[in-house]
Amino acid sequence: MIKAILIFNNHGKPRLSKFYQRYSEDTQQQIIRETFHLVSKRDENVCNFLEGGLLIGGSDNKLIYRHYATLYFVFCVDSSESELGILDLIQVFVETLDKCFENVCELDLIFHVDKVHNILAEMVMGGMVLETNMNEIVTQIDAQNKLEKSETFIFQSPRQAGRQRLV
Amino acid sequence: MSDVVERTLSALPGLLGQHDPGAGPGGAGGPGRVSASSRLGSLIRSITALTSKHEEEKLIQQELTSLKATVSAPTTTLRLMKECMVRLIYCEMLGYESSFGYIHAIKLAQQGNLLEKRVGYLAVSLFLHENHELLLLLVNTVVKDLQSTNLVEVCMALTVVSQIFPREMIPAVLPLIEDKLQHSKEIIRRKAVQALYKFYLIAPNQVQHIHDKFRKALCDRDAGVMAASLHIYLQMIKENSSGYKDLTGSFVTILKQVVGGKLSADFNYHSVPAPWLQIQLLRILGLLGKDDPSELMYDVLDESLRRAEINHNITYAILFECVQTIYTIYPKSELLEKAAKCIGKFVLSPKINLKYLGLKALTYVIQQDPSLALQHQMTIIECLDHPDPIIKRETLELLYRITNGQNVTVIVQKMLDYLKEGQEEYAIISLVGKIAELAEKYAPNNEWFIQTMNAVFSVGGDVVHSDIPNNFLRLLAEGFDDEKEDHQLRMYAVQSYLALLEEEDKLYPQKFLQVMSWVLGEYFSLVTDVDPEDILTKLHSLLKKTFVTSETKAWIMAAVTKIASHTSCSKTVDELIQELSSSLDTCLRQYAFELKYLCEDKALMKSLLPFDASCSDLVVDASLSFLDGFVAEGLGHGAAPYKPHHQRQEEKLSQQKALNFEPYGLSFTSSVSSSGVTGRQSPTGLSFGSDISGNSAETGHKETNTLKLEGVRKLWGKEGYLPKKENKIGKENEQETVPCESLLAGEVGEPPALQPDQGASLSEEDKEKQQLASTLFIGLGSSAGVSLMGKADTATQKFKRKSKINEAQQLNEEALDFQNSAASDFGPLLDTVPINVEDSEGSMHTRLRKASPCSSDIVEDNLAFETPQSVRKSVLDHRISANRLSQSSLFADSNIEIFQPSSSAQCESASEAPLVPSLPEELEELPHSEVVRLCQSDALALHLCKVWTDDSLLLIVFVSNETTSALHAVNLVFEETEHFQILESATLQFPVIEAQSVEHCQKCVRMNKVCTKAILPGSVSYQSEMEIRLEFSVTLSLMDFIRPMEMTTEDFGKLWLSLSNDVKQNIKMSSCQDSFPAALDTLQQKLKLHRVDVIGNEGILACQLLPSVPCLLHCRTHSGMLALWFRSPSAALPDGLLYQCQKVMEESSEQQCLP
Repeated sequence: MIKAILIFNNHGKPRLSKFYQRYSEDTQQQIIRETFHLVSKRDENVCNFLEGGLLIGGSDNKLIYRHYATLYFVFCVDSSESELGILDLIQVFVETLDKCFENVCELDLIFHVDKVHNILAEMVMGGMVLETNMNEIVTQIDAQNKLEKSETFIFQSPRQAGRQRLV
Repeated sequence: MSDVVERTLSALPGLLGQHDPGAGPGGAGGPGRVSASSRLGSLIRSITALTSKHEEEKLIQQELTSLKATVSAPTTTLRLMKECMVRLIYCEMLGYESSFGYIHAIKLAQQGNLLEKRVGYLAVSLFLHENHELLLLLVNTVVKDLQSTNLVEVCMALTVVSQIFPREMIPAVLPLIEDKLQHSKEIIRRKAVQALYKFYLIAPNQVQHIHDKFRKALCDRDAGVMAASLHIYLQMIKENSSGYKDLTGSFVTILKQVVGGKLSADFNYHSVPAPWLQIQLLRILGLLGKDDPSELMYDVLDESLRRAEINHNITYAILFECVQTIYTIYPKSELLEKAAKCIGKFVLSPKINLKYLGLKALTYVIQQDPSLALQHQMTIIECLDHPDPIIKRETLELLYRITNGQNVTVIVQKMLDYLKEGQEEYAIISLVGKIAELAEKYAPNNEWFIQTMNAVFSVGGDVVHSDIPNNFLRLLAEGFDDEKEDHQLRMYAVQSYLALLEEEDKLYPQKFLQVMSWVLGEYFSLVTDVDPEDILTKLHSLLKKTFVTSETKAWIMAAVTKIASHTSCSKTVDELIQELSSSLDTCLRQYAFELKYLCEDKALMKSLLPFDASCSDLVVDASLSFLDGFVAEGLGHGAAPYKPHHQRQEEKLSQQKALNFEPYGLSFTSSVSSSGVTGRQSPTGLSFGSDISGNSAETGHKETNTLKLEGVRKLWGKEGYLPKKENKIGKENEQETVPCESLLAGEVGEPPALQPDQGASLSEEDKEKQQLASTLFIGLGSSAGVSLMGKADTATQKFKRKSKINEAQQLNEEALDFQNSAASDFGPLLDTVPINVEDSEGSMHTRLRKASPCSSDIVEDNLAFETPQSVRKSVLDHRISANRLSQSSLFADSNIEIFQPSSSAQCESASEAPLVPSLPEELEELPHSEVVRLCQSDALALHLCKVWTDDSLLLIVFVSNETTSALHAVNLVFEETEHFQILESATLQFPVIEAQSVEHCQKCVRMNKVCTKAILPGSVSYQSEMEIRLEFSVTLSLMDFIRPMEMTTEDFGKLWLSLSNDVKQNIKMSSCQDSFPAALDTLQQKLKLHRVDVIGNEGILACQLLPSVPCLLHCRTHSGMLALWFRSPSAALPDGLLYQCQKVMEESSEQQCLP
């Protein structure tokens, strides 16, 4: 299963952290720091897999990461996940983000943490891969947005509800 | 596509400074949200502007304070609350605690509209964890949302359930989620399956009745739902692959359809049909196909291999999975060949990810197929020098698997080189362990072995697992079959350490220093050309170093003492004694004193510290009988007889007419600390009985004596290492059958995979590599199918364990055999048992005794008809006395209310239902519960009676056939839960039960995990026209497993001090029960406690959780309160008992207060 999904930027600032296994607050922060430490010192032309550090849980676990410009996307998984499978899942995730945000950038992740989490929830549920089809995820998100909008419409002036990228 | 993302992202750094985030390209516009989002924006902007962590902390704390004010203000709208939650999420992500907001997150999920609810749920799932108490407040909201007609709400509820949900509340939502499995929308069905998967993970018992629904989900018309159900199946098959063999065909069919492109194109990813689904299926097949010779899956695996052609990451992912599956399942040569080719593709790929996986695959298959390693040897050599440390590590892992006596030096060298490059702690620990293992197994000679271990200790530092130094020292101490070799090895070790200590200012890790000092102390005299005085000086200077921890100093002192015993007076030793006699470290000071007194009597010292006796067992006179004369003399001179500490204390207290209520531990620790107790690992294992000891000369011996014994025992105790030895022995035996090494070495000396044309145009560098290859891969048989580990290993193993371990092992096994036979053939053995028990050894003795109650179903059956009662009684009596429980009847001192069905009651019930069973005669005498009905069908009824014997809880199950024809194949199964353990097997079979008759059986149950009450589920199945299964459950409470524990006040005092888990609670006593004796009686009767002692308004009671976990209770009354103080070695037991105490006190107060 997927134990944790972390996104941080080149300076180690967390942009999203989602843990599917219980770790204490402190451990979570340590994991983020340790992971950044491990990942950031890797060259560009090395493999995308890392054996897990001590915190995330020993030899059974590994880190699978991708580096996009300013951001690192790291998935901490156990041995029951396929390395290459997860690697492509990260790609799907980023492509989906790109579609939902129309050219995603780091700021989108900062200001729409909730939305990113929602997209992630459509892909990975309770640490298990739920959906890998980008179009399906986007449709799902759009449908939810629409429903929500129709409801928020009552509470907001038409002008506000009319803005497409409000939610 | 990724290019696009990268381009956008690379433009980002500039954005942060320039754009107003509210209006930025990704910004959330809209005047409605400006105020809030700009607050988040300004927060983030100010954080980015900060330079230090400290400033950030200050800023966030400010933010949190203002957020706290906002969320708790009654005027805050839900919309504002939503914004606050987003900001809280941000703060939490940065690691700042914001627990004040948790409750508001739950409220938001409860009250908000869709948008707000979603943020609320998200915040809850990010903030809380499964066991958080606030989570219970969410249950109602989830239930409500699950029933909602709005799909989005249902989805959100399902999502949160699959993320976090309190285990106890599963029953509340389970039916709702089950309903969702029939929902018309596939996404809902899919999420419902996922939620059930979560339930299966955290509470498999709760969903066991809906396994057929999982099957339905597997057959769902939507592939997404089916894929979700695979998660559950993968998990279940992992736990019990044999239970799902019947599904193999289905999984194969599914995979066939997926591979064949039968799914809609929606599922394609880069024109590969549902790759993740394929991976999942391949994993399941791998698990199912292990040791399964049926040929079901060969075709589809072949096809998968063939179809995965496109050069894309994801096809490689499938290929890799395929290869792994092929090598896991029952082998088929054709497929193996193809898989091997595939591995080649990976290993030779220029893509580094694929290379990594190729190495991984090689590592995985190398034991089955060593020739593959030969094929790729050049690639492996290249990977050894790869710039990516991960690739390097994987290569070393591979080499580790192919190490043998001939290539060990090269491989270990490579590993050490890697370690010296400075690695993560995690890498060091695992690699150091491997090096030590290889060195021990394959060392070519003594020098190399010692040098390698030196490198291990100095590189590994103090992160190495403590097994490594311990094993190493044990190896030195126990030696091998060859005396001369032993001698040389030890001598070399001493020499090398002396050389290392020569360098004055070098820092060595503590563990290395400890190893050195032990070896020097033990074997210094093997080196004849070095003056012991020199060694002492070196050790002395070490003692003065500040980086040496006090634990290590204790080791060094032990070494000094040993060396001093073999030298005539030494200046260094005198100096040392002088210095350390005033040391602040009590442990060192004690050592100094011991040494001083020992030095005064050299002869004694010599006899105490004989040379090379670390392996001989010491007999310790624990009763200190050698002091008897001294004591008698003292008594003769009118000294008062010795009283143990606690007795003295008690006497003092009894003079005050009260029990000591102050912690017993306080005074105890002070007495111990005076004799200096160091860390657990230190070689000074001072015995805890040391309140007997002063600092007299005699007790000084005693201490040194224990010191030696304890040090040796702890490090090289036989029990601790037995499992390891077992392995070794197995390997050794196998190796002995292999012919001599030179023969085979010659055979494979030429690496067969070298291609001739390659050889022709070799550059200088290549030649080097070739050479390395030939050294690395030497000894690897070219013929496939030779296992590398052990069997094919031609080098005779250097370090063989002494054969005495072998014997011990054998003995052990014999004993086990004996036990088995005793358990299975108990009936016929029975009359010989008492004699047997007396004659046989202690260990067997215990085993036999243990076997008797467990196998009692057999015993009972036989007894009921054949054996006279007296025999049975004697066995039972023997058991009781052997367990050192009361010899009088069970529950002697506890007037437990026991249901004893009167004969009239029996008649009555008998007349109503002809088949109400009664207990067998021999159990009738024991305390037991009422016979209750568990479940019933037309044909069969199940009754249960609990029998509380003094050492177990017996469940007597009566199966009564209520039909007029015989029932066949009646199967009774108890399911093991985390709380309970069924001794022997959990299943029972009655081949036939005659018409209108009752069969009974009994099961002995243990409580593994303490809980106040838990359910033991089970089922009974029988064959009538079709197989019928009835489920039942038995509720067992903690009290079923609690028995009084008899002990004296003195024992109580001792035990009390040794127990660590401590629970105190005051219970209010009602006015009508305020007399202390009454309360005590209640506790004693209802809780089966043994009353140890009562003085005034204080009492001590003891009981045990079967089989033998004690729990002690100290209680007293003051001003209408009953103060209870429990202690036990188990953490949960005191809590459980406390709960029971509260319950019975409440109950009794209700009863008594009623008019």
